[in-house]
Amino acid sequence: MVVEISCEQVWREVSNYLEGEISAELRARMEEHFKGCKHCTAVLDGTRNVVQLVGDARTFELPTGVSDRLYQKLDRKLSERRESRKQE
Amino acid sequence: MPATKSQVDPSESELIQRVLRGQDEAFRELVRPYEHALLMTTQAILKNEADAEDAAQEAVLKAFTNLSKFRGDSKFSTWLVRIATNEAFMKLRKERRHKLHDSLDEQRTDEEGDYIPRDFADWREIPSEALQKKELRQAVSRALASLTPKHRQVFVLRDVQHFTIEETAQLLGIRKSAVKTRLMRARLQMRDALAPGMDGSWSTGRIEYKQVRPW
Repeated sequence: MVVEISCEQVWREVSNYLEGEISAELRARMEEHFKGCKHCTAVLDGTRNVVQLVGDARTFELPTGVSDRLYQKLDRKLSERRESRKQE
Repeated sequence: MPATKSQVDPSESELIQRVLRGQDEAFRELVRPYEHALLMTTQAILKNEADAEDAAQEAVLKAFTNLSKFRGDSKFSTWLVRIATNEAFMKLRKERRHKLHDSLDEQRTDEEGDYIPRDFADWREIPSEALQKKELRQAVSRALASLTPKHRQVFVLRDVQHFTIEETAQLLGIRKSAVKTRLMRARLQMRDALAPGMDGSWSTGRIEYKQVRPW
């Protein structure tokens, strides 16, 4: 017999559910709840979709030029170093 | 010999050795796979894009000058992102000293309690032809920008960059339980912001997203 769980409790744990960071007992209670609650199922599916979407490397693209600019400070430092070596 | 097994990928290890032997150009090759991670991290912490870029540049420079101190007891990516995190937080603290009201703003949004999803019936219908990839990316960026900094930081490290909960906690210097609570709120808030377009009509190429609306 699985003890019932409220929608509020499900929302609080839905992220941990996706992480697998909950006890087997809580997991069973949540799964029982999802069977009869369309709203919580929507929250679960939507949250899983969000995690999948933002984890997809294609979702975020670097603006052009940013990648080259990332090395600006380093390049400046390296050319200063080369200059001072020349002078020595 | 180190007591623990090295966490470093062999090809990265070779690149590191080349840089340490003076082949400066190998450093770019070493950092290239993580350029995105560096910028996403600093952007998650700093509001201003120019500041975020500056912090990422500073992190690249520091990683280069401190490379000999990298011991291989973590992944190179974790070490690199940690430097970027530190740089961004340093910049944030400097900024706050100038603008005290910013930190007060953050205190007001500091609640860690429950997050109630919005009224489910309020989701708008979005025609699938209007949902081009570019619009999807913009919607994700807007949703991400709407999170408070502390929720955004956790969300970006865990869900965008795939650090573990433990690593995220270490990178931000907070407890694992705090990571989990913030992650819960961030994910639900992101779902609320994006769900209307995710009912089967949004996809990025091959991956189809599962229908979120059960009716």
